[in-house]
Amino acid sequence: MLQHFGKYLLFMSTLFSRGESPRILFNRTMDEAIIIGINSIFIVAIVSTFIGAVTSVQISYNLDNAFIPRSTIGFMVREMTLLELAPTITSIVLAGKVGSSIAGGLGTMQITEQVDALEVMGINSTSYLVLPKVIASILVFPMLVILAMFLSIGGGFIAGTLTGEISQQEYISGIRSDFIPYNVVFALIKSVVFAFLISSISSFKGYYTSGGALEVGQASTGAVTNSVIAILVADFVLANLLL
Amino acid sequence: MIEVHNIHKSFDGVKVLDGISGVFETGKTNLLLGASGTGKSVLLKCIVGLIKPDIGSVTFDGTYFTNNKLGIKQEIRRKIGMLFQSSALFDSMTVEKNIEFPLKMLGDMEKDERIDRVNTVLKRVGLEGANKKMPSELSGGMKKRVGIARAIAPHCTYLFCDEPNSGLDPLTALKIDELIKEITEEYGITTIIVTHDMNSVIEIGDKIFFLFKGKKLWEGTRDAIMDTDVKELNEFIFSNRLMRDAKKIEDEEEQQEVNGNNR
Ligand SMILES: Nc1ncnc2c1ncn2[C@@H]1O[C@H](COP(=O)(O)OP(=O)(O)OP(=O)(O)O)[C@@H](O)[C@H]1O
Ligand SMILES: [Mg+2]
Repeated sequence: MLQHFGKYLLFMSTLFSRGESPRILFNRTMDEAIIIGINSIFIVAIVSTFIGAVTSVQISYNLDNAFIPRSTIGFMVREMTLLELAPTITSIVLAGKVGSSIAGGLGTMQITEQVDALEVMGINSTSYLVLPKVIASILVFPMLVILAMFLSIGGGFIAGTLTGEISQQEYISGIRSDFIPYNVVFALIKSVVFAFLISSISSFKGYYTSGGALEVGQASTGAVTNSVIAILVADFVLANLLL
Repeated sequence: MIEVHNIHKSFDGVKVLDGISGVFETGKTNLLLGASGTGKSVLLKCIVGLIKPDIGSVTFDGTYFTNNKLGIKQEIRRKIGMLFQSSALFDSMTVEKNIEFPLKMLGDMEKDERIDRVNTVLKRVGLEGANKKMPSELSGGMKKRVGIARAIAPHCTYLFCDEPNSGLDPLTALKIDELIKEITEEYGITTIIVTHDMNSVIEIGDKIFFLFKGKKLWEGTRDAIMDTDVKELNEFIFSNRLMRDAKKIEDEEEQQEVNGNNR
């Protein structure tokens, strides 16, 4: 375990040694960002909309006390979305989607000697292949999380009003009450940390694949499990540090 | 000139290379000959630094390479062209992008110049017009040829080919062999080719190094190889010859059949 962690730290340090020109790094990062964004936007949209909808239905089910105003439903959907659901659930979904594709892609390149081919050309394969993925994730994840915030709150609105549990005015006044902007900042900080963890852990797992197709599959699964655990631990630590 | 000095390499306690030394001269096609699993690919990877040898060193034209600073290693590597046994084409890029890649990363050529160069080398390996194909659409032999084109595109000083003609038909294999020899002599580069094909030895082997179970048992010119008294090498040559003789007999029988049918 400790040995793995040491190897991971060494791996991270190679990312920044002797990289390619800034122009190449920029182009590669943009390519990766587009891939990550386009591949994940659909699943993020679906998941966040439904999570928002389910949250609002469940809250209203639990709130049958006549002394609590119905607008509380909107308020609680917003708070839960901003603090936990949008950043953390989205990141866990992305760990599956992005993490497995990073690890699978790098693993395949490793076992088919494509990484060796880069190295022989005098290119630092980690800074060429991995660094753009990490930077791109850090850029794209917050955008996906912001999207997830809107869709989740929107999903709550649709579900709440369609089921007749809450009126449109009540929901809107709920999501506008006692808004703390810092919670959004907190969510974005979390998304950046998670992005770094997912992309670097998955790259690490993929880059050190050896063997054949079977090992590539194992690297992908390993990337997802390790990323998810890292997200949950980091989530706990960040909540203690920053709230 | 590439000098290899006393290279040892083990994987998990199993010795794969056992003290290999040799001098690979400039402008010559040097062949690493040996049966499957004798460590030819591992030796090649030790020379270019993809595998770190346990003991031993490599110098490129007098510059120490093996454990030198990363910067110096990368500088030398930028002069290396290498064909991998599995071709190692970047499978997310078209043939053209694959061959253009080293030119783009290492050189200061303009786009037009690069595409010109891509077309020139594609023509040399007999694949003109394949520019827009993806590697997944190519046959094994075509991948090999694209791999060679990518290796020779940036006018390298050192060329390494791991079994450039395995899996090719005899005619294409011969063409590839000749191409490598031509390039070597034309540009005065140092070439090392891994092979287990005696045809290549006879056609292009300026200098041959015979490996057996991680040891170099013999080195010499192709004229000397037939007169060797190394038992393992003789067996190797004989088995190769056996195959060719068998092929010849088959061909003759076929020919007779054809003649018989015509009669
Ligand atoms: N990365 C590695 N880890 C462990 N063992 C390895 C590794 N690479 C090669 N070997 C072992 O080293 C030995 C020599 O392998 P190598 O690929 O050099 O053979 P070769 O001479 O190129 O054979 P072929 O003609 O079949 O390509 C084999 O027994 C192989 O199992
Ligand atoms: Mg080999």
